[in-house]
Amino acid sequence: MKKIRINSFAVLAFVVTFIFTTFNANANQTRENVIKRGSLNCGVSQGVPGFSNADASGKWAGIDVDFCRAIAAAILGDANKVKFTPLSAKDRFEVLKAGDIDVLARNTTWTLSRDGGLALDFIGTNFYDGQGFMVRKAANINSAKKLNNVKVCVETGTTTELNLRDYFKANKLKYEPVAFTKSDEAVAAYDSGRCDVYTTDKSGLAANRTKTKNPADHIILPETISKEPLGPVVRGNDENWANITRWTLNVMIEAEELGITKANVDSLKSTDNPAIKRLLGLEGETGKNLSLNNEWSYNIIKQVGNYGESYEANVGPKTPVGLGRGLNQLWTKGGILYAPPVR
Amino acid sequence: MFLNSEFKTTLKKNLQLSNLIPQVLLILFFIFVVYFFANNAQINMKARNMSSGFDFLNTNSGFDIQFSLIDYDGSSSYGRAYLVGLLNTLLVAFFGIFFATILGFIIGVSRLSSNWIINRLSLIYVELFRNLPLILQIFFWYFTVLRSLPSTEKSLIIFNFLIINLQGFYIPKFVFTNSHYIFYGITFAILTIFLIKYYANKMFYEHAKVIPVFKISLILIIIFPAVFSLIGGVGVKIEYPKLVKNFGIFNYLGGVKLIPEFLALVFSLSLYTSAFIAENVRAGILAVSKGQKEASKSLGFNSSQSLNLIVIPQALRVIIPPTTNQYLNLTKNSSLAAAIGYPDLTGAFAGTALSQTGKAIEIIFIVMMTYLTISLLISLILNWYNKKIALVER
Repeated sequence: MKKIRINSFAVLAFVVTFIFTTFNANANQTRENVIKRGSLNCGVSQGVPGFSNADASGKWAGIDVDFCRAIAAAILGDANKVKFTPLSAKDRFEVLKAGDIDVLARNTTWTLSRDGGLALDFIGTNFYDGQGFMVRKAANINSAKKLNNVKVCVETGTTTELNLRDYFKANKLKYEPVAFTKSDEAVAAYDSGRCDVYTTDKSGLAANRTKTKNPADHIILPETISKEPLGPVVRGNDENWANITRWTLNVMIEAEELGITKANVDSLKSTDNPAIKRLLGLEGETGKNLSLNNEWSYNIIKQVGNYGESYEANVGPKTPVGLGRGLNQLWTKGGILYAPPVR
Repeated sequence: MFLNSEFKTTLKKNLQLSNLIPQVLLILFFIFVVYFFANNAQINMKARNMSSGFDFLNTNSGFDIQFSLIDYDGSSSYGRAYLVGLLNTLLVAFFGIFFATILGFIIGVSRLSSNWIINRLSLIYVELFRNLPLILQIFFWYFTVLRSLPSTEKSLIIFNFLIINLQGFYIPKFVFTNSHYIFYGITFAILTIFLIKYYANKMFYEHAKVIPVFKISLILIIIFPAVFSLIGGVGVKIEYPKLVKNFGIFNYLGGVKLIPEFLALVFSLSLYTSAFIAENVRAGILAVSKGQKEASKSLGFNSSQSLNLIVIPQALRVIIPPTTNQYLNLTKNSSLAAAIGYPDLTGAFAGTALSQTGKAIEIIFIVMMTYLTISLLISLILNWYNKKIALVER
């Protein structure tokens, strides 16, 4: 008898503490949580060169990584106060929903069902992409229309997996999907010969080709079979947080359009141009609208740079990924990057 | 005793009551905890605008699955994707259990062999396979062995029957016409065997005559389907895998294809589990005392009778309960399939379908219930078998 009572008290005590620790409502206060914590939790990929990839010393780089650093600069004033969490495509949304990360910047395609059905908010597009195919040169194939009876390595839980099926169905071609939970595994399987074709977004193809044993043995087929607007995602229940992240991206794009760079941002502080003054927080109250201080946009540009700088440093023609600007050029230069007015 | 009976009964009642209170409290507490978590989940889901429910099972999945026992493509429903995953899990579990049992018995008996080499080799086998982590063994077979096979155009072809390459193993497919006659034959044979068994028991107990039921059954199970096939006109067509070339890409079409993910899983699960079963078998045989065998000999049993009628029935009583556990372990371990991309219940449904729909709570619930049901069914069958062979005490 006595023994039972002690045990049930112990259980009760455990459960009570458990209840109180689980009751930390995380709705509508992501910004406060980040400030309290002193760092931003950012979900990234498990390694896609150019987007989010850790080097040998564990330092993360890529355009998605830059975006997270920009948020940290805007809120905390320090672009280095970011904790990166590598996530598989399969787990990414669940981890975000559970509140373990504040923002998901993991080359994620913006679709209706994800935006509406998953209770998440896509806050913009930081890379316009499209799905393509990579094959071995020895396969002697120069068009995706010629792919038939092939085995295709693909990352599971992605829009890629769905587009793949649509493409082969629409073109009445036969294929077998070989699905992996990590993009690294899919690439390695393709490289070993388990599959004849590897498919993902074209930026990912270019990035992952650098991971094959002999990149020169592989070609990327010309067809683009889908629209893949890749963008950062936040939980759908925090409007202030969605605004902060959305306008962080817009500031980076707008800064490129106005010609503000990491290097000249300090000298431009003395400019007369009202648009630049507003963007740098010298006029107006852009920060107040987001519950931030007015330095936020200056910090982004000073510490991380504008969109173009981030692009050139991570995925541009001079990097191993080697992608031209294409659609990811400013609207004034023939692309489709267009930031709403910062005012 | 000084206590009168009235006092005794009140004391008994009081004791019963005081025993009851913590039980009731515990149940109430349990109900509260379940309610609390269900309620908490509901509130949080509402706060995040997450919808719940099982309607998604009827909508189109939109993704294809590499390996399926039933017709399935992206226009099939999520419910059907679940079925594909379930069947793939059962397939791996079935073959895993089948090979693990055979291997386990062979190795277990070899462990007791008087031949020094066989004895030592099986000891090494057991210690090697049961002491390495299972996931490592799966990776070994998948990444090291199966990934180093030749490419499709340079396939190994063994007796024109088995084709082995990096993309899988291919064997010819036997296509039967009018195949239902074979099933009629088998059904008829089984019914006849039951009748013979009944007759044999009667003859044994009433007239002490032994009828070789097993031998007769073996003959019947072959002859009946064969005769039925002849009557019904059953034809067999062998469909060989054919090498097809599309530009520079080679592919085998037709026949039966076993994908590397499946093979790696069956290899590793059966080798790993067979090491444990071997130990069960060894323990079971050692548990039958030597006197039993000697007694059967002195009663005039020959060595196969002594083994079949005396040793094995007693050994099975020791072997079956722990082996049931191994079957359960194997079935649950098959969920490691997700690590190498085999589309089982965990990989295809709790993995792909979950991330495409975001219905984490519903899908994990379905999958957990499914594994629970499979495990309980296996226990049920083996408990029934165990009861059947258990010592009947009068």
